[in-house]
Amino acid sequence: MTSRMLWTSTKLVLLSCVFLGIVYMLAMTGFAEVVFPSQANGSLVHYHGHVVGSKLIGEQFTSAGFFQGRPSATSPAYNAADSSASNLGPTNKLLIGHVKARIQAFLKENPGIKVNQIPPSLVESSDSGLDPDITPADAYVQVPRVARADHLPQATVRKVISENIHGRFLGIFGHSYVNVLEMNLALLRAQSATGVSAGTRTHGISAPATAPGHVDPGADPGARKR
Amino acid sequence: MTWQGVLQIFVLMGIAAILARVVGGYMFLVLAREGDVRSARSTGAAGPVAHTPLLDTWIGTIKSVLDRVIEPVEQGIYRICGINPDQEMRWTTYAFALLAVNLVGFAVLFVLLGLQQWLPLNPAHMPKIPFWVSLNTAISFTTNTNWQAYAGEATLSYLSQAWLVVQQFLSPVTGICLFLAVARGFSRHSTKTLGNFWRDFVRTLLWIAVPGAIIGTIVLIALGSPQNLHAYTHVTTIQGVHQTIAQGPVASMTSIMQLGNNGGGFFNMNAGQPFAGPNVASLLFQLILGFAVPSGCIYLFGRMVADVRQAWAIFAAMAILFVAGALVVYAFEAAGNPIINALHLAGHGNWVGKESRFGIGSSSLFENSTTTISWGSTAAANDSLTPLAGLVLLFNMKTGEVIFGSWGAGMIGMLAYAVLAVFLAGLMVGRTPEYLGKKIESFEVKMSVLAMVVPSFVILILAATSVVIGPGLAGIYNPGPHGLSEVLYAFSSGVGNNGSAFGGLNAASPWYAATVGIAMLLGRYAMYIPLVALGGSLAAKQRIPAGAGTFPTHTPLFVGLLIGTVVIVGALVFFPALALGPIAEQVAMHAGRLF
Repeated sequence: MTSRMLWTSTKLVLLSCVFLGIVYMLAMTGFAEVVFPSQANGSLVHYHGHVVGSKLIGEQFTSAGFFQGRPSATSPAYNAADSSASNLGPTNKLLIGHVKARIQAFLKENPGIKVNQIPPSLVESSDSGLDPDITPADAYVQVPRVARADHLPQATVRKVISENIHGRFLGIFGHSYVNVLEMNLALLRAQSATGVSAGTRTHGISAPATAPGHVDPGADPGARKR
Repeated sequence: MTWQGVLQIFVLMGIAAILARVVGGYMFLVLAREGDVRSARSTGAAGPVAHTPLLDTWIGTIKSVLDRVIEPVEQGIYRICGINPDQEMRWTTYAFALLAVNLVGFAVLFVLLGLQQWLPLNPAHMPKIPFWVSLNTAISFTTNTNWQAYAGEATLSYLSQAWLVVQQFLSPVTGICLFLAVARGFSRHSTKTLGNFWRDFVRTLLWIAVPGAIIGTIVLIALGSPQNLHAYTHVTTIQGVHQTIAQGPVASMTSIMQLGNNGGGFFNMNAGQPFAGPNVASLLFQLILGFAVPSGCIYLFGRMVADVRQAWAIFAAMAILFVAGALVVYAFEAAGNPIINALHLAGHGNWVGKESRFGIGSSSLFENSTTTISWGSTAAANDSLTPLAGLVLLFNMKTGEVIFGSWGAGMIGMLAYAVLAVFLAGLMVGRTPEYLGKKIESFEVKMSVLAMVVPSFVILILAATSVVIGPGLAGIYNPGPHGLSEVLYAFSSGVGNNGSAFGGLNAASPWYAATVGIAMLLGRYAMYIPLVALGGSLAAKQRIPAGAGTFPTHTPLFVGLLIGTVVIVGALVFFPALALGPIAEQVAMHAGRLF
């Protein structure tokens, strides 16, 4: 390795740092802000003039009147600044313990539902801990609870689900899903349409709830990062 | 299993074949010069070159448009850096130039990461990166591994991410240079030189990496990935919960991480984090980015040796290994964990560590891809896969990442297996083996075997050490046989320059940061420099015309032999370790045993 090689390499790497590191990032950012401003800024969702989250980032929903997302292994749950999976292996007794605890919690919050009606995806934690979606089956099993808590007919709640189903891409890739935040906003709209006054709403942005007392029984305190 | 889940595996291979033809044809125009291409006459009677001139005309038109913009830049770089692109290099000079650019790249990255807390573009006020983590990270990104001992959104400033992006451009380009050196060994004859490293490097960067990354970024943003420099967003949800949403220049990094088979993501959970993998359309596009150049290298090789049938035979071997692996992963993931199935929920299937929008089918396909094309980008939690699905991923990496593999490196790894395969065939019939008109003699076989011994030696020694000493054991997260799988996976990923992980392992601990760092270095340089030497030796040889006794290497028989060599070398060396890890866990799982 000659000193000439090292000098050539140094110039090449420093040029790369300027152009591939900084100029590339800034140029792409500038382009994105002009052409795709919504996506570029995180697909944020507005409700009554407030930013209430991102369409792509799952949120912690614990209220009975909202559809609830999948168990999250981040700490705390749905921590969008530190994504993480549980990383529990299939024969780890913590994993099985968490799944059983989540089943029990779900049965308690959803009286009338039997174990064999609960899809596995609803009691097994997601990859990112920020899964914004659930499968349609995950949503339908929550219909009786949501309808009861929101004083809405079950048919209305079912309609909210069916109108929000996204199918497989090109008919084969991925899985059909529903976005939890989109459905919950649809629930709020359905409630205002039926004239439930703000005071009797079980939830709403006008009455910020205190920090949720509900803790995911399967939260993984020891979850490690990859 | 659903039919959609099975069909998408074959659709992806169809896409890979198209990519091989199109991207490979383009790479040929960009990279091969006169003298790099074997004359078609020398391949004997049968040696068809490409048959679709129309497609090549289109590719040529695209390239000539790009030429107008890029050629002045290329000349400017040569002037500034003092490069003479026409100077031919012997294999030693070529290898030293390659090592020089990697060494400087490593040093600059290591220093810049160390300065994070004093540099701008740090809206989240990320503090100093621990020494071991920045050392490991600098090695990781220079060797095209992108093993991440840190959580991106919780550790790095936007500027630090940008420095990583620099190596995400340069390290795969280095892989193409390795490939070209070996490929010229077969395409040239009676010469001591293998081309000019700087020219190969700069042209690959300017014509392939940069345009690809820009197109990739635009598509990824359109499909939903953010690209901004704001501080993290604070929101109050409709339930009144406060949430801090990490964002940043995500798309520009995701694009080159996938195109360059790097895999080092902006976020801890990589493509599973919904900003990096917002939907399955984006995921499929990322697969296309990832397969583009590794597939292209196969066809490029066929054009350089003026016999594309040779390339399609290698493609077939890779595709068969890919499909077999993907089907096994999908079958076990769809069947699920019998211990959880015994709870009688509504349906089977292992949803642990998977995202709803991807489902089990696409997640399985992506994880099999991640360990074959050596990018290490993940969309599901590998640590939570069923044991035999995990075994397939381990096997993919333990072959030395030759099932497509990363830029250039996968193809030359497979060429080493091909050399070994013709050697084995030669032993069986008692003839001096030859491959593509070159006699395979003792030196070539030694270099090929050396490249195969490195992964097994490094993985087994480091894994065995880790499971008997305190710091190694302390880093394991899951108890029981799964813990051994975690350790095996870490070193397989490091030595294969893959970068994906069984995420439970404490990769940031000094022990694993240092040892995986060593594995990454050996997996890159101890494995591929011997293959450059192989290229140098082959280029010096005379070309012998194909005769009646020549073993044809474009037939299904050869494809089978090649697959057999990969599987036997992979399985024999690692079978004992795999029996104690994933296989033991599979048996335990069916017996309902928990740890």
